[in-house]
Amino acid sequence: MSYTIALAGNPNCGKTTLFNDLTGSRQRVGNWPGVTVDKKEGTYKKDKGINIMDLPGTYSLSPYSAEEIIARDYIVKEKPDAVIDIVDGTSIERNLYLTLQILETGVPTVIALNMMDEVEARGDKIGAEKLSEIFGVPVVPIVARNGKGILELMAEAVEVAKGKKTPKKLPVFDEKLQGTIDDAKKLLDDAGETDSQWKAIKLLENDENIAGQVTEELKKRVGEVAEKAYGSGADLEAAVADQRYQYIAKVVKDAVKKGTTGHVETKSDKLDKILTNRILALPIFAVVMYLLFACTNSENFLFLGINSPGIWLAGIVESIWGWLTDLVAGLVGGASPWVYSLVVDGIMEGLGAILGFIPLVLVLYILISFLEDCGYMARIAFVLDRIFRRFGLSGRSFIPLLQGFGCSVPAVMATRTLESEKDRKITTILAGFMPCGAKLPIFALFVSTLFVDSNQTLVTYSLYIFSIVVAIIVSLLLNKFVYKDGASNFIMELPQYRIPTLKSILIHGWEKVKGFAVKAGTVIFVSTILIWFLSGFNFDSFNGTNAAESEDGSVMCEMNDSFMASIGNVIAPIFKPLGFGEWRPAVGVVTGWIAKENVVVTFAQLYDEDVTDEYLEEYFAQYSSEELEELGFEDGEYDAEAAGDIYSEGVLFEGGDENALPHMKDDIKTKAAAYAYMVFNLLCMPCFAAVGAMKRELKTWKETGKAVAVQMVTAYVVALLVNVVGGLFL
Amino acid sequence: MTLKEMKPGQSGKVVSIGESGPLKRRIMDMGITPGVDVKVIKVAPLGDPVEINVRGYELSLRKEEAARIEVQA
Repeated sequence: MSYTIALAGNPNCGKTTLFNDLTGSRQRVGNWPGVTVDKKEGTYKKDKGINIMDLPGTYSLSPYSAEEIIARDYIVKEKPDAVIDIVDGTSIERNLYLTLQILETGVPTVIALNMMDEVEARGDKIGAEKLSEIFGVPVVPIVARNGKGILELMAEAVEVAKGKKTPKKLPVFDEKLQGTIDDAKKLLDDAGETDSQWKAIKLLENDENIAGQVTEELKKRVGEVAEKAYGSGADLEAAVADQRYQYIAKVVKDAVKKGTTGHVETKSDKLDKILTNRILALPIFAVVMYLLFACTNSENFLFLGINSPGIWLAGIVESIWGWLTDLVAGLVGGASPWVYSLVVDGIMEGLGAILGFIPLVLVLYILISFLEDCGYMARIAFVLDRIFRRFGLSGRSFIPLLQGFGCSVPAVMATRTLESEKDRKITTILAGFMPCGAKLPIFALFVSTLFVDSNQTLVTYSLYIFSIVVAIIVSLLLNKFVYKDGASNFIMELPQYRIPTLKSILIHGWEKVKGFAVKAGTVIFVSTILIWFLSGFNFDSFNGTNAAESEDGSVMCEMNDSFMASIGNVIAPIFKPLGFGEWRPAVGVVTGWIAKENVVVTFAQLYDEDVTDEYLEEYFAQYSSEELEELGFEDGEYDAEAAGDIYSEGVLFEGGDENALPHMKDDIKTKAAAYAYMVFNLLCMPCFAAVGAMKRELKTWKETGKAVAVQMVTAYVVALLVNVVGGLFL
Repeated sequence: MTLKEMKPGQSGKVVSIGESGPLKRRIMDMGITPGVDVKVIKVAPLGDPVEINVRGYELSLRKEEAARIEVQA
């Protein structure tokens, strides 16, 4: 016999830990339809016939947030065989509030009293038997962190599921309210509604979600019942909540013995005094953020001159991949040139782009889930709320935006930590505006060649400020016009600090990496191949002309003659108002979507009249043999074949040649236009890898398209302003 | 007085919640109901929000919301 058992409970009650304990690594993570809330399912590791469903953590079953609607719809409509309600023994009153609502639905229930070790350490005693007697359902004390009591819990849950034991009705409400509920229930019964008891309470609570599910007539008559008992305009909603808490207070008095009375300072409180201290909070926060950044993106980890764990791992993956690519290249060496190019420049490059991000994502997620699970993330929001509220965001938006300075992919993925869907959507868009590492070579090339007589540091620095100012303005506009109706309050639990278990952090990190590789990976892979095709082919590829003309019989062509060049010609006029309406800068924008540094690589290929063999030989002649070796020439000897790549990636990326690409000036004539070009690349759609991550977080192509559209329009408008206004001054 | 006017370390009993709709519901769901004891723990370093202890756990809310909660010291 197979059963489905759902886990319900408050956020931070140890639900995820219990879920991981029960299912081990046998879990599937998806999303609830229509919302970006994790849907986690797994099978019990001791009995494959038992499905475990992890419901979102909620404080109540009122329709306040997407999480609450999901949890209650699942319990009421899908009717699991049993619900395990996890109660955090250290804040039992608030946790039992949800318990009462779960019992109200009539679903077979077992209560798991969690964190019993902490309860004991406080000197409190919770009478599980007494609670079981009061509620009429099994109550099992557990410690999810070390697995204590879990076998007993599951045994009880299976028992309850087998027996389909519906909990008894509890004397929660006073006579008058219960009478009104009974009257309403009778109306619902007569109308043939199921779950009438539960729906009666919800209708009296003015629950819009349930009100929408019954007939107008029924709604009216329930309204009349309430009015008869309480008069018009009565606040039954408050009365229901109030009486539930009053009932809980009585239960707690009977079943819980507090070791001390009143508010006692715990270790967590002492720690919190330092971490959210008036003076120390912001400096400590800055250090934590620095460490987070240093561990993922930094190439100078903690000023030690070594790479961060993220970059270090990425380097290893890249060199293994490079070795594998060479191996594969050797295998397909005999194939026709286009097959070779498809395998090496298309498929291997595309897969490599995905693999290169995986170490970053892994390291970031392990760190973020640590911050989240230990309780510090809630404090970050507490400390920064004041600043971010002004821009229509929450304090937690800081982490994704900061990550954006390193790489948009982990930045977009970090938006997961935001609680409101509105914040998530806006922050996802803003993360793409940040000057990520790959955009720096574009700035370096432009600033070194087109701003020769300006203060170059200031020009580069101004782009950073620019991205922040644009992000703030766009956030305000989106709040005002696009995502108007998002709950904007800050009623948030500050959970006790706890050291999370290594197991749960690793499971968490692994899940995210898997999700990234599959979902974002597809987008990256497909788009890389598409751009490869557009850049290497034209119509002559298919009528034999290319094959006849080329030495090696290749059907491929140079980028200058490719479909990409034609596309560049077609879209170039769009960029005319921005000051760079020529085909080559336009192609640069498009290839920049594979990876932003590609803009520079593409320029080096397209302005080939400036990057001739003679020019390269002459340029590199100024360097000594040691310098050449440092730039990447083997044994410090000039090598004409390697010179092209070294010139674009070693010299242009760093802005090393101020005379580079003189013909670029024919296309981008003024400083205003050059600045507009940098701004456009800074703000427009990020690379496909980031778009893949956006798709993963925003779920639908429609939302992803909307986000990309906002980025494109922003980039266009801002670059236009830069070109027009800048043209007056520069 | 309101919860907003209370200083860190001060305790009081909630008298009423001058909100309506979903926000009031949320406040009550989190355990702030008439008659409950609340204690202000601290104010965030930038002056807002505030942290209170209610029903044995810590809750943060903005001053704007705290101003709608009437308390008796």
